Amino acid sequence: MSADVELDDVWIKFGEFVAARDVNITIKGGEFFSFLGPSGCGKTTLLRAVSGFLEPSQGEVRIGGQNMQGIGPNKRPTALIFQNLALFPLMTVWENIAFALEVRGVGKAERRKRADELLELIALSDQGDKMVHELSGGQRQRVAIARALAAEPQVLLLDEPLSALDLKLRQHMRTELRAIQQRVGITFIYITHDQGEALTMSDNIAVMREGVIEQVSDGNTVYDHPETSFVASFVGENNLFSGRVTEVSDGFATVDTSEGPMRARNALKNGSPQLSAGDSAYVFVRPESLKFANGHAHDNTIKAHINQQEFEGHFWQVFMDVPGSDKTIKMSMVNDGMELSHATGSEVSLGFAADLAVALPEGPLAAE
Amino acid sequence: MNIAQSIREFFLRNGMVLGLYLVIAVTFWILILIVLPQLYMLDFSFSKNLPPAKIGGPEDVHTLEHYEFFIRGSAQNTAAFNVVDLQVFFRTLLAAAFVTIFDLALCYPIAYYMAHVAQGGWARLVVLSLIIPFWVNEILRAFAFRIMFGSGGVINGFLIWLGIVDEPVDFIRENVALYAGLGYAFILLMIFPLYNAVESLDKNQIEAARDLGSPWWRIHWRVVIPFAKPGITSGCTMVFMLSAGALAAPQILGGPSSLWFTQIIYQWFQTGNNWPRGSAYAVVLLASTIVFVLLMMKIFKVRLGEIAR
Repeated sequence: MSADVELDDVWIKFGEFVAARDVNITIKGGEFFSFLGPSGCGKTTLLRAVSGFLEPSQGEVRIGGQNMQGIGPNKRPTALIFQNLALFPLMTVWENIAFALEVRGVGKAERRKRADELLELIALSDQGDKMVHELSGGQRQRVAIARALAAEPQVLLLDEPLSALDLKLRQHMRTELRAIQQRVGITFIYITHDQGEALTMSDNIAVMREGVIEQVSDGNTVYDHPETSFVASFVGENNLFSGRVTEVSDGFATVDTSEGPMRARNALKNGSPQLSAGDSAYVFVRPESLKFANGHAHDNTIKAHINQQEFEGHFWQVFMDVPGSDKTIKMSMVNDGMELSHATGSEVSLGFAADLAVALPEGPLAAE
Repeated sequence: MNIAQSIREFFLRNGMVLGLYLVIAVTFWILILIVLPQLYMLDFSFSKNLPPAKIGGPEDVHTLEHYEFFIRGSAQNTAAFNVVDLQVFFRTLLAAAFVTIFDLALCYPIAYYMAHVAQGGWARLVVLSLIIPFWVNEILRAFAFRIMFGSGGVINGFLIWLGIVDEPVDFIRENVALYAGLGYAFILLMIFPLYNAVESLDKNQIEAARDLGSPWWRIHWRVVIPFAKPGITSGCTMVFMLSAGALAAPQILGGPSSLWFTQIIYQWFQTGNNWPRGSAYAVVLLASTIVFVLLMMKIFKVRLGEIAR
């Protein structure tokens, strides 16, 4: 069974410090929901408020429609997977998994049976009698998931559980986590600072900065339609140009930047465009949206000088300077088998479609 | 790796001066301060109690008579066993075990509080308030307990004022003062090993157990105590050994009718002027406390190496 999780006007304060402010989010039952943000943005604090390890200073946490105030972590229909997993080192694998059942007074035979079923779910069938330290990192990861699932939670909370794994395993575990979530069908709330994890696994993502929710939407929307300059700079890579809006029309804005005038989508928030003429604005263009102009007409063009080109297998990274400014532009080109058309050091003209660029009000950016 | 190589590496690692100091100091400590005196005592315990003139003479032969005396009593004894001494012996072990359990029950919550609950300043305050009273010397502390538990002491005064008792309770005769005094004397030896063990437990383990629905007592039973077992063993061993071997506290706080085994040993050495018999009794105490501790470690499945963690 899965349950909705609602955060209603939630504030969390530690003395003077506000870890989360005015958080309003509804997470639908059965959804894979991620909180994405840099470390220290308050995402773990919010997770602890859902799991019951801390109470919001203000506002309500509701699970399945029920207000959770005053209900401790041992009484909530949630289970938490810790960043360091926190498996019990002095218990065997199956005892770890069956701990939640032991707590409820389930008999030993029944516990063992249930543990074996869960071991099968995580593809560790014959490993039940091992000690935790005998397992590999990825196996431990799966045991932590099984241990949490044994409690039959309606909501599973995951606090950056993949951060200790190496890259290959991390990518594999993303697929696996998503598959497990779809099999058990309960709500997953996932905390991460890794946009790749958030984008690949989540139905919806909340991007957080300094205790504030900047945007809540599905991964595609977060990537293609950022609502704030922070989201645009934090999620994925982006080239940034700043200037003043000279004209707005038909959902587009023209921004006068030091690299020339640029036309880009006038970013929406709650359905209405955010920029009007005279505003200070940022124009964001993704590296993959840039093209060599090669004499074709483009909505926007920039003159640049190729500084460096890096080959990364399935694509090229091209780094360029803009003459007369200190801006570095990054462009990605899919390696389609063609030779590079421009040598390092040459002067080029870049073009991009107004549709693929977004203009946003000037605001805080993600740290490099 | 052969021995010559290990020795060479030891000196290379520590340097000549430190290396030599370590070798000499450790040898002196183990051989001169521990092994030799105990061997001397052991040898003594198998000797006859002779006047100085006869030592080394034809009568100076090894004998089991002192151990026999401990079990059987004197030749005039009509009972099958040396009831008085054996009774004191077993009562001492039992009482020491009781003091140990009492200390464990008292110290575990304090150690847990210091390690996982108290915030910064509070933990330090608790540590200080535990240590500072031990600046007062042992004898003075024992007499203070005697006064406190005496018939006109604060505790009786308080109980009478509350109306719980009409007459002062004789805490000295009932050995309450003795157990309290012993328990208090070794409290630090229990708290610090416990604290060390509990403190190194990852807080997330406690939270994970709680999150999985565990009530507080099961968290302790299944997660904290198993983890802290080496520390518990180390604390219990020290408190038990030292309680069983205490002398000053039983002298001052013990009831008139109850002897501590160390007092009997002391009497053989001092008033009885029978050093070999005193040695035999001391050897019996040492051997039996070691056996008792090893037995307990076996039961609770703790290895010797773990205690030294």
